[in-house]
Amino acid sequence: MIINNETDYGTPASLSANLVTLEIDGRKVTVPEGTSVMRAAGETGINIPKLCATDSLDPFGSCRMCLVQIEGARGYPASCTTPVAEGMKVCTQNEKLANIRRGIAELYISDHPLDCLTCSANGDCELQDTVGAVGLREVRYGYEGENHLDAAKDGSNPYFSFDPAKCIVCSRCVRACEETQGTYALTIDGRGFDSKVSPSQNQAFMDSECVSCGACVQACPTATLMEKSVIDHGLPEHSVITTCAYCGVGCSFRAEMKGEQVIRMVPDKNGQANHGHSCVKGRFAFGYATHKDRITTPMIRDNISDAWQEVSWEEAIEFAAEKLKQLQAKYGRDSIGGITSSRCTNEETYLVQKLVRAGFGNNNVDTCARVCHSPTGYGLKSTFGESSGTQNFDSVKKSDVILVIGANPTDGHPVFGSMMKRRLREGAKLIVADPRTIDLVKSPHVQADYHLKLRPGTNVALVTALAHVIVTEDLADEKFVSERCDTESFAKWKTFVAKPENSPEAMAEVTGVPADAIRGAARLYATGGNGAIYYGLGVTEHSQGSTTVIGIANLAMATGNIGRDGVGVNPLRGQNNVQGSCDMGSFPHEFVGYRHVSDTKTRALFESAWKVELQSEPGLRIPNMFSAAIDGSFKGLYIQGEDIAQSDPDIQHVHHALRQMECIIVQDLFLNETAKFAHVFLPGSSFLEKNGTFTNAERRISPVRKVMTPLGGKEDWEVTQDLANAVGYPMNYKHPSEIMDEIARLTPQFAGVSYAKIEAMGSIQWPCNDEFPEGTPTMHADHFVRGQGRFMLTEYVPTDEKASRKYPLLLTTGRILSQYNVGAQTRRTDNVAWHEEDRLEIHPHDAEELGINDADWVGIKSRAGETVLRALISERVQPGVVYTTFHFPHSGANVITTDNSDWATNCPEYKVTAVHVAKVSEPSRWQKQYQDFSDKQETLLKDRIVAHEHE
Amino acid sequence: MENQNLIKMANNIGAFFNSEPDKAQAVAGIEQHLKSFWEPRMRRQIIDYVQQDGTELMAIVAEAVRNLAAQRSL
Repeated sequence: MIINNETDYGTPASLSANLVTLEIDGRKVTVPEGTSVMRAAGETGINIPKLCATDSLDPFGSCRMCLVQIEGARGYPASCTTPVAEGMKVCTQNEKLANIRRGIAELYISDHPLDCLTCSANGDCELQDTVGAVGLREVRYGYEGENHLDAAKDGSNPYFSFDPAKCIVCSRCVRACEETQGTYALTIDGRGFDSKVSPSQNQAFMDSECVSCGACVQACPTATLMEKSVIDHGLPEHSVITTCAYCGVGCSFRAEMKGEQVIRMVPDKNGQANHGHSCVKGRFAFGYATHKDRITTPMIRDNISDAWQEVSWEEAIEFAAEKLKQLQAKYGRDSIGGITSSRCTNEETYLVQKLVRAGFGNNNVDTCARVCHSPTGYGLKSTFGESSGTQNFDSVKKSDVILVIGANPTDGHPVFGSMMKRRLREGAKLIVADPRTIDLVKSPHVQADYHLKLRPGTNVALVTALAHVIVTEDLADEKFVSERCDTESFAKWKTFVAKPENSPEAMAEVTGVPADAIRGAARLYATGGNGAIYYGLGVTEHSQGSTTVIGIANLAMATGNIGRDGVGVNPLRGQNNVQGSCDMGSFPHEFVGYRHVSDTKTRALFESAWKVELQSEPGLRIPNMFSAAIDGSFKGLYIQGEDIAQSDPDIQHVHHALRQMECIIVQDLFLNETAKFAHVFLPGSSFLEKNGTFTNAERRISPVRKVMTPLGGKEDWEVTQDLANAVGYPMNYKHPSEIMDEIARLTPQFAGVSYAKIEAMGSIQWPCNDEFPEGTPTMHADHFVRGQGRFMLTEYVPTDEKASRKYPLLLTTGRILSQYNVGAQTRRTDNVAWHEEDRLEIHPHDAEELGINDADWVGIKSRAGETVLRALISERVQPGVVYTTFHFPHSGANVITTDNSDWATNCPEYKVTAVHVAKVSEPSRWQKQYQDFSDKQETLLKDRIVAHEHE
Repeated sequence: MENQNLIKMANNIGAFFNSEPDKAQAVAGIEQHLKSFWEPRMRRQIIDYVQQDGTELMAIVAEAVRNLAAQRSL
């Protein structure tokens, strides 16, 4: 399935440094040792016919279409499985080969529908192309014999169909599922003529283990596996390379278009983060962008009990600006602020924080990264000197020991999860520290060497115990530490972690992890070769989130696992632009490039560039904004692309705060939960409707390209610019590239970044400047950004959320593969077929004790509130722990989560809430009240005064 | 803002720095953290609390807040 001009070389490139010279059809060719004859031919422009070969998969040699003649060799070897050799002479085209190929094609076509003209792959079918290339003109066997033409079609998957009548059993789909995705959901069932592709045990795709990553569809050379959107609309006619707007992997995609309609999103094989792979969200779940719920006309209202009134852009911006100015006049300069979004581009985020700092005249700007990875920023900046991960994704290919803490890559970062699984299948060792049995712990051909199944809230105890083993068993890399780190802080840290109270034996009681497992894991990480740590929100979203990040950095420094390929500290960022939104100065205490607002020199730089006086004091963080709203000192908020009324913890407190405010401006695609409390709604633009850049978890700045006209008429950065002008701070950018140019001028890490360079290189990993003109795949290679690595003490402080008689279970939250964050996008796609509601996972033992059966309604009560969900009995959670997701607003997962937060950053403690669970028969009071409120708001939207009525 | 909220946040900061064996360094760390990350109205309120009562704060936190007050840096 290839509808682009990229060459498919048939087999993967060899990375060998040794070169081999051979002759193919009389041409001298020099390629790396290990290259297949097929690829060597392709690289010199000679195309050998093929069906089962594609360059994303290892050679298989089943179709026999690619056979060649090699001087001195017997028979007709398959060029895909034959490696080149020095002096080899290859012939790819002669009469004999042509006859054999025609014969093979004839066999294929004798059992293949002859409906090419009406086939969905017409014009994009490798079988069609190959049969044409070999010159098949007749099928001597006829079409009457036994065949598969009546095989039943499987349309169970919402996004693609499986038509076995068109299958040539080339096994590309099976191999893609194994090699690329690592799920092993597909197999070839039967032998000989009975061979057929089988999802799991001859099940329908939807009932099988298939995760709908699309790798099989992409690999299929015929219309057997085909996107339903292509079946419905026909083949696309042009494509644009852009970047996915879901998770922090930041996959590169070809948006394949018919005019302004996206027909399909196909992962870009040149994508430097994803190398041609995708997941069910990026590949298929783009329909939200044109969903009927999109609001494309600005709206205003004085009170949230009023009906919305559609107005022009000019009126809406003027209304919003006047409100903000009035609030500042009445309540003071610091009474308003803004929230940037990790779903928006770098340029948009930069502009929002600039509007707040320069236009509003205060530093009350924060980002949704506050509630996910702000502890990463604090922890890594404090220890290494830079608030970012240290590696690129490809680094995992050289890891020998992978330590995954509080992350679920196969669900949260699935494309990277597949890369990691590939490395694990190659033999890397795996340590998983997680309260739940995530898929990585045991999946096909992957099994964790250690699963440290700790109690929620005890990360610091575990990490410090690991450090204790490393120090007391002399496993530290003293040479690395003495050369690269602050030895005084190391000595202090050694003394601290060596204390008996930090030993695995002492911490086993706290963590619930046996001491010998902690010792074994520590030894493996410290001595097993290249040790790499990957972590996620299961680390950061704790009252000691920053402490765990520091502890992780300590481990990496102590073992010398930093500064080269295969090692490092890798925060897996949740949303597409978490790294970018943090880089762009979204936090209230620092300018773009992580420079504190109190730094006189930095402030002078920005004051000179922005031509305005700037405040030297940090502004309010998001939770502080809510508190200030309730005490009456914070009254106005501009929110771009963020749904705080669903995503933030202790949601009743958040809703109360929002109700106290006098002007909430929401810029979004939909009337999200926050917009129900808003006074101004400004239509947002999807990632398909604008230009800009996203920065993924590996600091990779990738292009976002506009493929359709914004439905609301404006790109998001234009709206912010209009608002800035209306409040009296002039902005006059003509294109987002000018914003990036300004960022580059003002930010040392971005000094060498430009749209021209991104266009030329495909993407760039910052720092990119005079010192690193091509970007920086691996940070801290020669020295830490702060000079010497700094060890910090990590005393375990138990969270206030402890199991008690009143609240005997611990709730932890997370997300699943098919849904994304608050679900605003994925709930508006067919991804609901996999997950249509949030459920409470509970261990069978606890369920039995509480008399709870699968799918029963259960009430979950914490000190913050109560909600009701259906139960899902599961051994993935341990006894005493329950788990849920937060993808649906009426689930009220955040009614239960509390105001506990990380000591350093106020990142909420989503991961630990003490709860009481009981079987119930009706929704909670909150759910009923919120349903009423939400219904009223939907009515106020439905009954809105439309623009022409207003006129 | 609610005093209880600020007290809890401040004590959480104190709990991190509490493991620092050099008490002066711990106090300085808390003080710097409050200066770097707390918005002025939050700092003013915690100073008011220390000046009026302060009993619910860890000793090293109260000392850091008193140092802040002495600097008149708000």
